Amino acid sequence: MAERLLDISELRTYFFTEAGVVKAVDGISVNVNAGETIGLVGESGSGKSVTAQSALRIVPKPGRIVGGSIKFDGEDLLAKSEDEMRKFRGPKMAVVFQDPTTSLNPVYTVGKQLTDIIRLHRDMTKEEARKSSLQILERVGIPAPEERLKAYPHELSGGMKQRVAIARALTCEPKLLFADEPTTNLDVTVQAQVLDLLKALQKEFNMAMVMITHDMGIIADMTRRVTVLYAGKVMEVADTATIFNSPKHPYTEALLKAVPNVAQTQTLEVIPGNIPNLIEPPSGCVFHPRCKYAKEICMKEVPPLEKVDEGHYVACHRWRELKLEGRAS
Amino acid sequence: MLQVKSLVKFFDVLERGVLRRKKVGEVHAVDHVTFDIMPSETLGLVGESGCGKTTTGKVILDLEEATEGSVVFGGMDVVQTFGKSGNRDDAKKLRRAMQMVFQNPYNSLDPRMTIYDIISEAFVIHKHIPRNQWKNRVYELLRMVNLEEYHAERYPHEFSGGQRQRIAIARALAVDPEFVVLDEPVSSLDVSIRAQILNLLIDLQQKKKLAYLYISHDLSSVRQISQRVAVMYLGEIVELADTDSLYDKPLHPYTQALISAVPVPDVTHKTTRIILPGEVPSPINPPPACRFHPRCPYATEICRQEKPALEDKLVKGHFVACWHADKFV
Repeated sequence: MAERLLDISELRTYFFTEAGVVKAVDGISVNVNAGETIGLVGESGSGKSVTAQSALRIVPKPGRIVGGSIKFDGEDLLAKSEDEMRKFRGPKMAVVFQDPTTSLNPVYTVGKQLTDIIRLHRDMTKEEARKSSLQILERVGIPAPEERLKAYPHELSGGMKQRVAIARALTCEPKLLFADEPTTNLDVTVQAQVLDLLKALQKEFNMAMVMITHDMGIIADMTRRVTVLYAGKVMEVADTATIFNSPKHPYTEALLKAVPNVAQTQTLEVIPGNIPNLIEPPSGCVFHPRCKYAKEICMKEVPPLEKVDEGHYVACHRWRELKLEGRAS
Repeated sequence: MLQVKSLVKFFDVLERGVLRRKKVGEVHAVDHVTFDIMPSETLGLVGESGCGKTTTGKVILDLEEATEGSVVFGGMDVVQTFGKSGNRDDAKKLRRAMQMVFQNPYNSLDPRMTIYDIISEAFVIHKHIPRNQWKNRVYELLRMVNLEEYHAERYPHEFSGGQRQRIAIARALAVDPEFVVLDEPVSSLDVSIRAQILNLLIDLQQKKKLAYLYISHDLSSVRQISQRVAVMYLGEIVELADTDSLYDKPLHPYTQALISAVPVPDVTHKTTRIILPGEVPSPINPPPACRFHPRCPYATEICRQEKPALEDKLVKGHFVACWHADKFV
């Protein structure tokens, strides 16, 4: 049994806006074991990014964690002060965001951004930190790293910037890396490079990774377990093969049918309707307005997360009776 | 229906001097692109950022002026008609026949106009519908894109991305076009909404006998909607073939790498990913001869010396520009 690294339980993170309270994360539980890659898949409003932000305690205002618990390596993250969290971010947990153009500081050179972090967490001289930065730049496949240290982010291409962002996240060899849509803004061939790089680095640093994405292709390629999120709640959790081959939640089934596959021509099945308003989410099961299997109980009661099998959980009133189709057909 | 011949679009690179600006180079955005589109057919145009696909779409509609080359639509010379010496009436006819749906549904609709105004603007300009029928026609168009009549009174900001894109499609259809350029119409939409829009586009194509130029970097969705696909690299078409032929048996090394790089949403699918070294070079100074040779795993001396022509000598109807395509047949 692998060692449990991150344990998020019944997390509730709400945004207190003028228009109302946005229940971005409304009872999400996720866990990650050391060295494994899990996927958090969902569309906009699913709560996947806010979950990661909550764990890192970087939820932007007017958001606030209002309930649940987050434990890392047994330590309670919600009880930590900001100073203590700062020591955590970097050596224990790190993050790579979607857009390196906004996540890298435009007024500092690449070198300064890396060495600043290294010197914050480690006792190193300027020269030692510089050497360490060079090493990590090389490790992420940046050619001519000496020159790149003096470069500003805007002088680099999108793929390069994202590599720098990855380098920055790895400077202190974290145990867990959150990758929030790390390749969405990149061209497909560059995406392939970056995904391969992440795979290799994960092995080398023996790092756990939370891959946050809406792309089912990346989920199939990179992850061993998946949590499917929708409108701030968990719909289904299982290992990746099971999610694809025998899903038990109608949303998972619908998602698989709506995603085009480059390897074959097919007719896409549509999920009618839109993602719900998180200020006034639907009653009962949050997916019921768009679910083709919805019955009366789905409108009235919130389905609990139930165990289907070892490691496989689903939040659906009808999972026992429904015969859903996976990809294996 | 549409014949594009040797289309060229170069953008000047200007250096700001004290008194005047000096041209210091050219961006070879579109460099001798040739293809045809039949009535009721969808030609997919794929490539990564900077390959020139969006510019190609814009030049065809004269939203950008062509540097060289010809665009002929239904027998009419498009470049000449929209030019200074062109016939105003013919230009209006072409504008009705050739329409566009843009990538970003958030800034392609005027926020200060109601949906009714946005769609009926076409009637104001082209006067092809008598005034007393405008309302009915607007409602008909809204229904066609699966929106409701009462939506006509609202403003764009009251709609979701997917709905806005439907409005943009309704607007394009308001003039009864024959040909529509779709520039990344689903890229900014959530996965479950993409399928809705793609299916809508396919449905409308059959009902209204429309020809589409579907521009996208998303190879998976292109496969679902196109009969034929052209692949662009650094301003040139490197391969053009029937969809299944191109995806299942790509003959150009770049196409092969591109397709292999797309993550497949299927755990049983084993991709041998072809990772291309480096990044796409700048279109200001593209490599000589075959533009792909610096990154191509099969490049030999001739690739560096002579540009290969786009031909279908190996497989009839399957055009490829590569000296070594015979290897892959």
